[in-house]
Amino acid sequence: MTPPPEYAGGEGSLAPGGAAAYLGIEGVSKRFGAVTAVDDVSLEIAQGEFFALLGPSGCGKTTLLRMLAGFETPSEGAITLDGVDLVALPPYRRPVNMMFQSYALFPHMTVAGNVAFGLRQDRVPRAEIAERVAEALALVELSPLARRKPHQLSGGQRQRVALARSLVKRPKLLLLDEPLAALDKKLREQTQFELMAIQQRVGITFVIVTHDQDEAMTVADRIAVMEQGRIAQVDTPAAIYEAPRSRYVAEFIGDVNIFEGRAGTANGDGIAVELADAPAGLAAAARADAPAAGDAVLLAVRPEKIEIAAEAPPPGTANAIAGEVTEIAYLGSTSTYRVRLASGRTVVSTRTNRLRRGGAAIDRGTRVHLSWPVEASILLRT
Amino acid sequence: MSREREPGRRPRARRNLIGRGSVIASPYLWLALFFLVPFAIVLKISVAEVRLAIPPYTPLFSWPEGGALEFLVVADNYRLLIEDSLYIRAYANSLKIAAISTALALLVGFPLAYAMARAPRAWQAALVMLVILPFWTSFLIRVYAWIGILKNEGMLNGALRWLGAIDEPLVILNTDIAVYIGIVYSYLPFMVLPLYANLVRMDRSLLEAAADLGCRPAGAFWKITVPLARPGIVAGCFLVFIPAVGEFVIPDLLGGSGTLMIGRILWTEFFRNRDWPVASAVAVILLLLLIVPIVLFQRHQQRQREREAGA
Repeated sequence: MTPPPEYAGGEGSLAPGGAAAYLGIEGVSKRFGAVTAVDDVSLEIAQGEFFALLGPSGCGKTTLLRMLAGFETPSEGAITLDGVDLVALPPYRRPVNMMFQSYALFPHMTVAGNVAFGLRQDRVPRAEIAERVAEALALVELSPLARRKPHQLSGGQRQRVALARSLVKRPKLLLLDEPLAALDKKLREQTQFELMAIQQRVGITFVIVTHDQDEAMTVADRIAVMEQGRIAQVDTPAAIYEAPRSRYVAEFIGDVNIFEGRAGTANGDGIAVELADAPAGLAAAARADAPAAGDAVLLAVRPEKIEIAAEAPPPGTANAIAGEVTEIAYLGSTSTYRVRLASGRTVVSTRTNRLRRGGAAIDRGTRVHLSWPVEASILLRT
Repeated sequence: MSREREPGRRPRARRNLIGRGSVIASPYLWLALFFLVPFAIVLKISVAEVRLAIPPYTPLFSWPEGGALEFLVVADNYRLLIEDSLYIRAYANSLKIAAISTALALLVGFPLAYAMARAPRAWQAALVMLVILPFWTSFLIRVYAWIGILKNEGMLNGALRWLGAIDEPLVILNTDIAVYIGIVYSYLPFMVLPLYANLVRMDRSLLEAAADLGCRPAGAFWKITVPLARPGIVAGCFLVFIPAVGEFVIPDLLGGSGTLMIGRILWTEFFRNRDWPVASAVAVILLLLLIVPIVLFQRHQQRQREREAGA
């Protein structure tokens, strides 16, 4: 048996081809028997980036993460970190640490013992271990609990131990597998911000796997939305939300109204879309790869972009449709209106409750007018 | 609880109390009836003198006509156990054989249990069944079958000679080695089952976490798997060690005349010498010897339960 190769990280060395990507994933696929869990994924992640892999369960995001950690070997493709091929290295030689979804804390060791475990494997001198463990525990504000055993901690505290344990070795890459899934909503939101603050302080490249779009939007610099083993879109959270490139991405991130229609002719400020739901037609902003007239297209609008009013908008307003309110959900900061159009389909509009309601009241059964600016329409191909 | 109760509920509460009480009492009753009382009888016989009668020992107390109540307690039987080195050597040898057998059973049982726990889920029930399967045949017959395997013209020597590995038959039967083989074979399921039950519950992501933190697989085995399997190891070792100390059938069938074990001494005193008092004294001392590990085992189980309740 040949010993597994040692990690030989090069300072500032570049990935093959001279690309500046810190973590390079090139054409990676993973097949389990007949099932393709990850299908030809290529990603480039920069140093210090907080990157999220987002998708529903079974989309291959965890398999991709486990290939980065070394628990799975890619069927095809290459993974390089700081210019070094990771695929050839076993997990215990990779300068990569992972925070497990279950936290995987060693139940027979104390909090300090758990955090020190990785340093002990590297034969770090005793005094330095003590120092670095104390530092890591201070970072996650757990210093007073260093002597406790994992079963004596709350879920939130265990999560912090797991984070400290994965950070203490100062990895080049930190992988987080659904790190906040086990926490309740309030704690999860609070921890998201702490996670961002910690990432900025330590400057380590983070790759997080999550199925929670809010979590990905909050913490990540960039998000890769995954669909059945493939990357559907990689972009900043704002770009993913405002300019999704497919129906799948538009529907996965946030709420959206989608109209099916046919592309009309392009004019000055946009493309007309003909559809059954709005006799006057709808309009979307022109884009570079404009569909040809007559092509089947989708027009997507986020609910909060739709203005809802009891009064008719001035004539000539683009994207104006009328309907009847069927349901109102009051959510405190916002209210959601479900409006049935003459065609029978329902459109959702969200309005911020900025003012305590004045003006014409909108109730169930009220006839309302919906409108939105041309730029708010997202044109998608079917 | 409120002090005032509805009057109608009182009889029901009392009935519940009686019901609960009898449930709690039943194991104690069982212990008293089938452990304490027999033990008291054995203890009583152990302080009696042997005599040619039925029963073959003197009564504990007698009440001669017109006289006072007389107790007859003699310590001679216990004195004999101390003075005659045969007994002390038999006890020591029993403990030694049980300890070595336990260690061997752990050595064989751990990899077996580990492989079972790591086997595909669908196989595991069948594998557990295979471990239990030997119990379907009488213990005595299975030990007897080892004679056919181990004897000089037996299957083992036959196979080895056919393979050309040996010229002279290996003398295994009627030696301590045959006793070790017999004990390890017979008690292996008691080692494997608690170990398996423990190992199968282990979260495999712990080993991944260890690897992720830079620990090689062999290191992770000693640093993670073994410490976490400790409750299973302790349970398995006690379950093998305790019955092995008093084992009679295996040394009698497989061991040589020199294989000194306390179970055989007991048998000889009781059936051959018909010295019930000495046999009883041997049994009492054996029990006292085993009470130490049994109490340790019980305390360990108790602590384990508490730890699991706390987790």
